[in-house]
Amino acid sequence: MPFGRFWSSTIGKKVVMAVTGIVLVGYILAHVTANLLIFAGAAAIDAYAAKLRTLPLLLWGVRVVLLLSVVLHVVAAAQLAVRARAARPTSYRRFEPQASNATSRTMRWGGVALLLFLIYHILHFTTGQAHPAFVHLAPYHNVTTAFRVWWVAAIYIAAMVALAMHLYHGTWSMFQTLGIAHARVNVARRRLATIIAVLVPLGFVSVPIAVLVGLLR
Amino acid sequence: MTTLHLKLLVWRQAGPHAAGRFVRYDAPDLSPDMSFLEMLDVVNERLIAQGEEPIAFDHDCREGICGSCGLVINGVAHGPMRGTATCQLHLRSFRSGQEVVIEPWRAKAFPVVRDLIVDRGALDRIIAAGGYISARTGGVPDANAVLVPKDDADAAMDAAACIGCGACVAACPNASASLFAAAKIAHLGLMPQGQPERPERVLRMVTQMDMEGFGNCTNIGECQEACPKLISIDVIARMNRDFLRASMFGGEGRVTGGGEA
Amino acid sequence: MELRARIPSGPLADKWDRHRFEMKLVNPANKRRYTVLVVGSGLAGASAAASLAELGYQVRCFCFQDSPRRAHSIAAQGGINAAKNYQNDGDSIWRLFYDTIKGGDFRAREANVYRLAQISVDIIDQCVAQGVPFAREYSGYLANRSFGGAQVSRTFYARGQTGQQLLLGAYQALCKEIARGTVVMHPRTEMLDLILVDGRCRGIVTRNLVTGEVLAHVADAVVLATGGYGNVFYLSTNARGSNVTATYRAWKRGAAFGNPCFTQIHPTCIPVSGDYQSKLTLMSESLRNDGRVWVPRQAGDHRAPHEIPEPERDYYLERKYPSFGNLSPRDIASRAAKEVCDEGRGVGPGGRGVFLDFADAIARLGRETIEERYGNLFEMYQRITDENPYRVPMRIYPAVHYTMGGLWVDYNLMSTIPGLHVLGEANFSDHGANRLGASALMQGLADGYFIIPVTIGDYLATTRLEKITTDHPEVRGAMEAVERRTSRLLSVRGSRTVDSFHRELGSLLWDKCGMARTAGGLTEALRRIPEIRAEFWENVTVPGSDAHLNQALEKANRVADYLEFAELMCRDALHREESCGGHFREEHQTPDGEASRDDDRFAYVAAWEYAGDGAEPVLHREPLVFENVQLAQRSYK
Repeated sequence: MPFGRFWSSTIGKKVVMAVTGIVLVGYILAHVTANLLIFAGAAAIDAYAAKLRTLPLLLWGVRVVLLLSVVLHVVAAAQLAVRARAARPTSYRRFEPQASNATSRTMRWGGVALLLFLIYHILHFTTGQAHPAFVHLAPYHNVTTAFRVWWVAAIYIAAMVALAMHLYHGTWSMFQTLGIAHARVNVARRRLATIIAVLVPLGFVSVPIAVLVGLLR
Repeated sequence: MTTLHLKLLVWRQAGPHAAGRFVRYDAPDLSPDMSFLEMLDVVNERLIAQGEEPIAFDHDCREGICGSCGLVINGVAHGPMRGTATCQLHLRSFRSGQEVVIEPWRAKAFPVVRDLIVDRGALDRIIAAGGYISARTGGVPDANAVLVPKDDADAAMDAAACIGCGACVAACPNASASLFAAAKIAHLGLMPQGQPERPERVLRMVTQMDMEGFGNCTNIGECQEACPKLISIDVIARMNRDFLRASMFGGEGRVTGGGEA
Repeated sequence: MELRARIPSGPLADKWDRHRFEMKLVNPANKRRYTVLVVGSGLAGASAAASLAELGYQVRCFCFQDSPRRAHSIAAQGGINAAKNYQNDGDSIWRLFYDTIKGGDFRAREANVYRLAQISVDIIDQCVAQGVPFAREYSGYLANRSFGGAQVSRTFYARGQTGQQLLLGAYQALCKEIARGTVVMHPRTEMLDLILVDGRCRGIVTRNLVTGEVLAHVADAVVLATGGYGNVFYLSTNARGSNVTATYRAWKRGAAFGNPCFTQIHPTCIPVSGDYQSKLTLMSESLRNDGRVWVPRQAGDHRAPHEIPEPERDYYLERKYPSFGNLSPRDIASRAAKEVCDEGRGVGPGGRGVFLDFADAIARLGRETIEERYGNLFEMYQRITDENPYRVPMRIYPAVHYTMGGLWVDYNLMSTIPGLHVLGEANFSDHGANRLGASALMQGLADGYFIIPVTIGDYLATTRLEKITTDHPEVRGAMEAVERRTSRLLSVRGSRTVDSFHRELGSLLWDKCGMARTAGGLTEALRRIPEIRAEFWENVTVPGSDAHLNQALEKANRVADYLEFAELMCRDALHREESCGGHFREEHQTPDGEASRDDDRFAYVAAWEYAGDGAEPVLHREPLVFENVQLAQRSYK
């Protein structure tokens, strides 16, 4: 089947979302691990940042893959959302969800929020336009100065709550979309989704919280 | 004998192109042993006696197997009792004095015909697109010539229990027909007889499902809760897998065993 | 009218083969020039439509439901019989034939029943090839279960949903042909009349139930597969929409009606709970394998079942029929239940019920085993009655379930109108005066998959049919008759609802033409029915118009037919001065209360011919000749 036909089907788009989802989850796992280097001190994390600059092929390779993943993930989600909306032109006067939960029902708006956060985050810590005291290649400085401002820390913490919710349903859902579901694996994938959805955001928010309470200066 | 008094709020719509609206009906003196549809019968008898047109709703066997009936009752497809079609729901699941909102299945692919009746022809067209094994009458081998492992036969039967009522579509926030299509794909794909047409079947049925204007699956599981036969969304994962495999390998991607669930 | 059964000559076992050879064939290239209409999409209709289309005929199929998959065959629970002898327990085609003809109390044709038993084995093969998920052994081989009226295990099943799975198999085959364009499906379309041109059936008149449009469809042959008429009783296990209209209108156009009084009352249904009751729910016959049927010994004993000590209980089936006990055949078990309730010993509200008690079985086998065997049935019972059958005995009562009578057909399944073929429950053919469990599915599929595709070819190949169009005067006439009747129903504007008439008719029939019948009761019914009918046409109210979906109008149309058809049933029951199978005349019983058949006077099929409104129908007799079986008294003592 040509990719065009595959992409035009609802399942095809969902598969694209699942595969790009795996890429993005893989990336944030690496990202959160690297972030924790900050607890090893300014030298460690600044050296890590500097090291990355010496590997331009890897750096740009990852960036291109990530950008492509985000674009595909968002475009597919948007198209499916438009389609789903059209599939129910008249809504119910009363609708009582029986199975879904806050995480699965907020995937779309939560996703939009995460996208906006992502743009801010890049302008903030990667390119620096949104950072008043940005210093190139000095992540320790950038992070600690940023999070001393309470509302910047609050934005990050709120975004990580959104990320937790997105990951809780998304990680579980990926397997379903890719056809990995069976009584035997269903328990395991639920557990995996829970672990990722709890640990990853926890790892991320540990930094602004540590700055706020004065653990990182 | 205790009686029940319900306050109904019912969707009335004169025809496919007419504007619909909610109409209030008072329904006193009901027995808790009545089925939900018998309650509507009683309301309709009273309406007819007053010279009004009765509320139109689909129903036939009234034992939960034909799949004709289907109402969204207080925001839940087939009403408050899990694993139960509307016709098998009884009034003892309601409190006297309660307001009961009754709406038709709502989906672009299920246009309203009249009042609570919708056109579910889209489901038939999904089956016609490939939901079968092409076995011409006659000229087939002895029934015991093909062995089917018991677990596969049982899993196939679980999926084949679908009654085609459309509650999965009604309950899905995306009005997706994935559970319906996937149940048939799983039933036939689990049987050795269903293997030759398996890749073609999933491609054609999914394409038809999309063409009918159903939404996509977001894996949130409302459908399996609404399903009167409690068919698991695991069949949707199976459909996705079959679709992926058929898309990559096309007609060549045949799998020989229907073993995995 | 002449009844020509066209039973082939020769030994019983060779008749069908020989007949298939002798029949004329339609050249494959010519088949697409023929149009066949199939009315009904149940097991018989769907399988016929799909098989005819596969052969190359142009098929149009009609059903009143919104989808062909919803036909009432879907509700059959237990299973389907086939003489496969997979169990090596001595089964054979001959044994299935004999069980069926004996179970029918020797009121069916030998040749038809033998053919049914022969074809039974092909049906299972066909269904398995279609992917029907029959129950399997751990080895992967097909499983069987036992059923009433047989001493071998020959019933194939798919949990408690065998009818559903078989119908979905036929429906999917039908869908495949719809997709190929060889079948045009007309759902939500009801047949309201038959079109005859030069004495041959050439089409039907339908009403589109959504738009109200009345249309004529002309064709070369018509197949009716429209099911039974159990709903004439108002309360039955049939679906609400099941009706007699198609077959009754065919009768009025000249098709003989065979044995209309042969109706089956199923012993294990959930009792009526109130006036609002809209249908009765069957509990599978298999429950009687482990449940014990009883009532209190004393009339008027209203104690809770557990308060009634063992000596004060009457296990009446075990007492009266020690060798078959709780597994006595349907007609016998039903009558026995009626008897004890008539004596005032019935249980539950209204006193029309008997206990089906699993306490002994649970004590003996454990709750788990019972749950495994009947879990889904117990659940269904609890859902409907709100009583837990693991703790308190179930209450059951007989209910109308199936009609053995139907349009008379010859060996080719053609009615007395040339070109009109009738399949499945709609015809009278194979079950005599009582149908055995798991045989209805077998007959529907035998007729649809294997018989009609061959016999219709013989009709088409041997008949010269003029081209006609919908402008033909006969066509216009039939359409106008339908329209006149519809507007008449709408114009009465009286004060009673259709359902109130239907309920009145139903309770009269249940009383006078139900499980036990008397000349006095039937005469009374024949006097009352025209009165109810007259009031119907003066005082019924049908709101709305005929130009949109109007369920009250649909019902009115059907009930108007029941109000005429009921008379034919009672007339047939009155004339048959014997007791056989489901037809029990109180005047004709043995000293110990068993059915007493009269083979000398009544070993025939009663085929009734319509003789005009108000005129008495004419009785024709097709003698039943038994060359291969010995007529014997059925005894289950």
